[in-house]
Amino acid sequence: MLQAIQHLGRSGLDFFQRTGRAHILFSQILIGIYSLLPRLGLLVQQVYSVGVLSLLIIVVSGLFVGMVLGLQGYNTLVDFGAEESLGVVVALSLVRELGPVVTALLFAGRAGSALTAEIGLMKATEQLSAMEMMAVDPVRRVLSPRFLAGFISMPLLAAIFSAVGVLGGYFVGVGLLGVDEGAYWSQMQASVDYHEDIMNGVIKSIAFGVVVTWIAVFEGYDAVPTSEGVSRATTRTVVHSSLAVLGLDFILTALMFGES
Amino acid sequence: MTNSDPVLLKVRDLHFSRGSRKIFDGVDIDIERGKVTAIMGPSGTGKTTLLRLIGGQLHPARGSIEIDGQRVNKLGHSALYTLRKRMGMLFQNGALLTDMNVFDNVAFPLREHTDLTEDMIRDLVLMKLHAVGLRGARDLMPSELSGGMARRVALARAIALDPMIMLYDEPFTGQDPISMGVLVRLIRELNDALGLTSIIVSHDIAEASSIADHIYLLSNGKVVAHGSADDLAESESEWAQQFLKGLPDGPVPFHYQAEDYLSDLLNGVNGR
Repeated sequence: MLQAIQHLGRSGLDFFQRTGRAHILFSQILIGIYSLLPRLGLLVQQVYSVGVLSLLIIVVSGLFVGMVLGLQGYNTLVDFGAEESLGVVVALSLVRELGPVVTALLFAGRAGSALTAEIGLMKATEQLSAMEMMAVDPVRRVLSPRFLAGFISMPLLAAIFSAVGVLGGYFVGVGLLGVDEGAYWSQMQASVDYHEDIMNGVIKSIAFGVVVTWIAVFEGYDAVPTSEGVSRATTRTVVHSSLAVLGLDFILTALMFGES
Repeated sequence: MTNSDPVLLKVRDLHFSRGSRKIFDGVDIDIERGKVTAIMGPSGTGKTTLLRLIGGQLHPARGSIEIDGQRVNKLGHSALYTLRKRMGMLFQNGALLTDMNVFDNVAFPLREHTDLTEDMIRDLVLMKLHAVGLRGARDLMPSELSGGMARRVALARAIALDPMIMLYDEPFTGQDPISMGVLVRLIRELNDALGLTSIIVSHDIAEASSIADHIYLLSNGKVVAHGSADDLAESESEWAQQFLKGLPDGPVPFHYQAEDYLSDLLNGVNGR
């Protein structure tokens, strides 16, 4: 019993210490972004490795998710004779929810884990330490550009995911199942609101971008510098950021659409 | 500034612990300007920790470390980083940045801290690489280098900003005789040619004593003996004699602390 209480106390202290370290690091990263301004090359390089290299998985997933939405939506709507509204169903599902959320989950698996592993290995092989001794702050040089790249890439990737998904829904709905092409596009145009739907989706994906990249760089920077430590940190990145995205999605959805 | 002081680095009453384990328990060290000083001791005596304390990556529990008149443990972030620009450190495994080739690794501190043109950076990098004999390896990636070559590249990188003090963390560990000879020669020659002050942390007695002007022997958190290699060879300290001659038993016992051998055997499995 006493041991269980001790264990609980230790875990609690660990949790608060880690949370504290994560927040301190977050503020250091934000300060570090300022010093990035004259060195945009570093940022471009990271946007490439974090964002551009994630494009393939985002595009392919977006296409399939859109196609499945087309099929499922059609089967439900056709019972009510409302298959012309397929465009609205597909677009709203993607823009409001699936675009930001699925992109964030895929991003955590593809780019987040890579970020953690890269930073963790740099720590384990003393590269971060060597930078410190060369009077180069690793937070500014390594972490800030990666964080900013994630922050920029996520909304763009989510937008691409949604756009490809809408096309996927179009291929299945209009191409295979015979929904009227004009109805598909015009109903979508009439029902999807720029502020209410698109901007809220963008805000969501910005929030997810911050959270996922923050978790990824923190886990890498805070990893125990051994191969086991890095592998644990990588797993934690995927698990924690996926849970954070889903939890945050509920809160944001409740705030944005709760009263309407 | 105390530029005329012959002692460049002063460690006074240094105390440092990891958890409940005392690493340093009142250590005093003087490193003279322009000299090569070796700090030796068995594994686990905190030699690498000492370098990290000197570099300001760790903070002592008590005592002070003063480099060229500046108290390392009292410096703010930017003052510490300014001081580090005048320090070079060679890590045990080289710690080269794995996503850059040899040339870019050596150019890294120059690009970070100076506004030199690429032409000038190229000249400087080639000069540093030539000094360690690896000008021809400039396009190789760190994964293509042998351990000895990686350490030489890291050495070229460490001297890129012409530091006043060089810290070497176990530079000879795991080297074949040829690379060991190369490193020994390089450390001495660079020290004399560039007017550096070098601190070598090592447990390779023969190599370190062959180039060190002064040697400190550390054990159990204290300085056990110090002096030139000849002084130490004649030292009366039993510990120093055991370490320098590599004797398996002595003040550092061969056996880890355990209960009586006979009773341990007779206790059987139940006694664990």
